[in-house]
Amino acid sequence: MKIDSIKNGFVIDHITAGNAMKIYNLLGLGNLDCRVALITNVPSNKMGKKDIIKIDDDIVIDTDILGFVDPNATVNIIKDEVIVDKKKLELPEKLTNVIKCKNPRCITSVEQELPQIFNLTDKEKQVYRCLYCETKANNA
Amino acid sequence: MRSLIDILDLNTDEISQLIDKANDIIANPAKYSEKCRGKKLATLFFEPSTRTRLSFEAAMYELGGNVLGFSAAQNSSAAKGESVADTAKTTSCYADIIAMRHPKEGAPLVAAMNATVPVINAGDGGHNHPTQTLTDLLTIYREKGRLDNLTVGFCGDLKFGRTVHSLISALSRYENIKFVLISPEELKLPSYVKEVLKKNNLEYVQTTDLDSVMPELDILYMTRVQRERFFNEEDYLRLKDSYILYPERLVNAKADISILHPLPRVNEISVAIDDDPRACYFKQVLNGKFIRMALILKLLEVE
Repeated sequence: MKIDSIKNGFVIDHITAGNAMKIYNLLGLGNLDCRVALITNVPSNKMGKKDIIKIDDDIVIDTDILGFVDPNATVNIIKDEVIVDKKKLELPEKLTNVIKCKNPRCITSVEQELPQIFNLTDKEKQVYRCLYCETKANNA
Repeated sequence: MRSLIDILDLNTDEISQLIDKANDIIANPAKYSEKCRGKKLATLFFEPSTRTRLSFEAAMYELGGNVLGFSAAQNSSAAKGESVADTAKTTSCYADIIAMRHPKEGAPLVAAMNATVPVINAGDGGHNHPTQTLTDLLTIYREKGRLDNLTVGFCGDLKFGRTVHSLISALSRYENIKFVLISPEELKLPSYVKEVLKKNNLEYVQTTDLDSVMPELDILYMTRVQRERFFNEEDYLRLKDSYILYPERLVNAKADISILHPLPRVNEISVAIDDDPRACYFKQVLNGKFIRMALILKLLEVE
């Protein structure tokens, strides 16, 4: 399978196999005008198999969302068809409007205009909790 | 401008200062009777309460201040669909400080993010109730003379009991506290509170048997199984009588055990225990007024 190389844009590499579609949706890549390639189940020495997303445009990527969904992914920044930078992702300290609180007793369940904010409370176990009610987020 | 939303918003030095201030108020009430002259406290109670609301109101009156507010959501603009943020902004125009109780968890935090005056969380759903915790800490301090080196039993509804969650968080910062968690399986302490204990390497045991752990307790904190926290009446009826404290159960207790309860009680402590000198729950009510006086003074920055 051949996918053209990118001129200016990003390659999100080392995505855990199966996560690409989730990232595609959360980053709103379907709304872009440019070419976006979503490649799944690519053989990988390190990971067995992995997903890759290529974006042929110089957009701003929300690395918080990316870091939350797949902290092991890497972002390669491409300029004039050359990788000029590689970004390692980290779990973001705070997530705003990425996931929703599922606690029916939370104030966000009745006031839908409130921003959905989650804070990283346990980095090791990747635990996020709702700012308002402290309910644990379901990261899956 | 500071608010009190979670007991952990206060460090242990600040809690000591509040306890000292409350003790001074108890010893010299006249000294404080005009401290808040001209100031207004808004009590925004979206959920019924007797003790907490009256305690806040009594506290403000005893400081020489005034009180305005409502005691049920249907008596406020919330009934018309007003958001918590707008209610907080509006109330800030009328009052110098706000005490808010709300059935939804996190509502007082939303109020604090939008108010221009200090907001005190007077209870948000099954989440936090920091002024009850201050009340409990003052009571423990006055009964035991310390907040460290204690074995503290929590009994009853540890799942929805917000007073339990707040008090455990607060006590987890003191040396050598052993927690004994007594509840039916269905009402065990939620994982996020247990995480606090584990993270701080604190000793705790979970049990369903109150009698077996009674002899080791310095403090027994009883709670009510709260009907309003259950979505289904059947579960409430099945669990409501899980633990009832009657005099015979205290036979093996320490001679100086202190029995606390945030009140209201239904039947979980027999009235036969009320006259036992170890029953502290009505003293606790009175302490609640004094610690709220100390808190109002602190948040209004009145010396």
